[in-house]
Amino acid sequence: MRRFSVFSLARNALGFRPDWPAMWRSPDPGASYDVVVVGGGGHGLATAYYLAAEHGITRVAVLEKGWLGGGNTGRNTTIVRSNYLWDESAALYEKSLQLFEGLSRELNFNVMFSQRGVFNLGHSVHEMRDIARRVNANRLNGIDGRLVRADELARLIPILDVSARCRYPVLGASFQPRGGVARHDAVAWGLARAADARGVDIIQNCEVTGIRRERGRVAGVETTRGYIRARKVALVAAGHSSVLASMADVRLPVESHPLQAFVSEPMKPVLDTVVMSNAVHGYISQSDKGELVIGAGIDSWNGYGQRGSFRTVEGALAAIVELFPVFSRVRMLRQWAGIVDTTPDACPIIGETPVRGLFVNCGWGTGGFKATPGSGWVLAHTIATGEPHPLNAPFSLDRFVTGRLVDEHGAAGVAH
Amino acid sequence: MLLIECPWCGPRDESEFSYGGEAHIVRPPDPDRLSDDEWADYLFMRKNPRGRHLEQWCHAHGCRQWFNVERDTVSSEIVRVYRVE
Repeated sequence: MRRFSVFSLARNALGFRPDWPAMWRSPDPGASYDVVVVGGGGHGLATAYYLAAEHGITRVAVLEKGWLGGGNTGRNTTIVRSNYLWDESAALYEKSLQLFEGLSRELNFNVMFSQRGVFNLGHSVHEMRDIARRVNANRLNGIDGRLVRADELARLIPILDVSARCRYPVLGASFQPRGGVARHDAVAWGLARAADARGVDIIQNCEVTGIRRERGRVAGVETTRGYIRARKVALVAAGHSSVLASMADVRLPVESHPLQAFVSEPMKPVLDTVVMSNAVHGYISQSDKGELVIGAGIDSWNGYGQRGSFRTVEGALAAIVELFPVFSRVRMLRQWAGIVDTTPDACPIIGETPVRGLFVNCGWGTGGFKATPGSGWVLAHTIATGEPHPLNAPFSLDRFVTGRLVDEHGAAGVAH
Repeated sequence: MLLIECPWCGPRDESEFSYGGEAHIVRPPDPDRLSDDEWADYLFMRKNPRGRHLEQWCHAHGCRQWFNVERDTVSSEIVRVYRVE
């Protein structure tokens, strides 16, 4: 792996002779691996990277049916935060945020992690009480956060309408200063490059069509590019997790929904932070290119088509325009949907399935991007040692049998 | 945007309806006799197919009746609409 530095950047810029190496190989699939990771998005690549970097397991393949990072990794609104209510989720997301803080240096690749702060707005007395409780819970868990009242919000975000005549009156917000955004493609590319440099095979355009088992244990995967043997297989396929798990007769408490987002035409800097509102299903930030990046809530019905209904677009944009009247004449450039896998308690499922050697990492719902490095870090530990890490032990599949759910709907169920 | 044909009111805009998830899940007649696995299966596990899906809808802002829909989850095409028996 050729290291990137300010000097390599300058040399290529001044030489007018771009000399950038391919960032990863594209090998043909081998006959067998120690671990096969199904899904070449951020979570799958992070799993492979940490398997190699932390546990020395390098006979690893990442199989991606399309192109790398082309699923939800490239479709989210790039928000990173860790201000979750319950101890279990707060610890997991905080681990991920901490990994984000060192990720560019660790990967020698600028993931453009920008800790510009995240505000979660409250629109009613009840919601403000919940927000106060969440902020207090965060602080007890050592996570930064504070309660911001409307008058301070008006100073911090001058374009936000906090007047009493607003249809969704803003009473205050929680504020996590260490939250922010990262460049989602760069996260995928940086992880892929670093994993590849440690010997991981990244195989694109290779769809898994079957999972072979022998005596209750996974034996390998059938793919469009042939059969690949592996003693351990990790399904990290977000919205398609149910489809993959059913190949091994594993049932998941997951339902897939379209989640829509949009970007506007680029404009000069106007919003220097991230603003989210659970109550009105809208969240917004401004990218470094100047586009407003806006996310909606999920469409209610199950869907795999990567598009949603216009009424969801309309609802999110109406709320954004009501909160930010200054954006009323901004035109949208693009709109799309990703397929998110929601669970009954709005928390992920990370661990081994009833099929030995078959692991799942799914159910991140509407907020998986922020967990990218943390998710890969705990799954790599689980695969390498055979035991869940204390951080992901509460998120096992059998919690739906024992009833020990981690109900994060208050902090995670809607907006991310 | 879905155009859903309510069996009582005819084709109406999706915004008049609320979605009720997978259809034909029958509440076990005697839950006390179920194992934890069976109860979890009833309560939480879903088919979530890529393709034809049998699902429940309620005409919440219309006649307020529940009914079933067979819909393709990839194309969103509604294949048929039928009443709850």
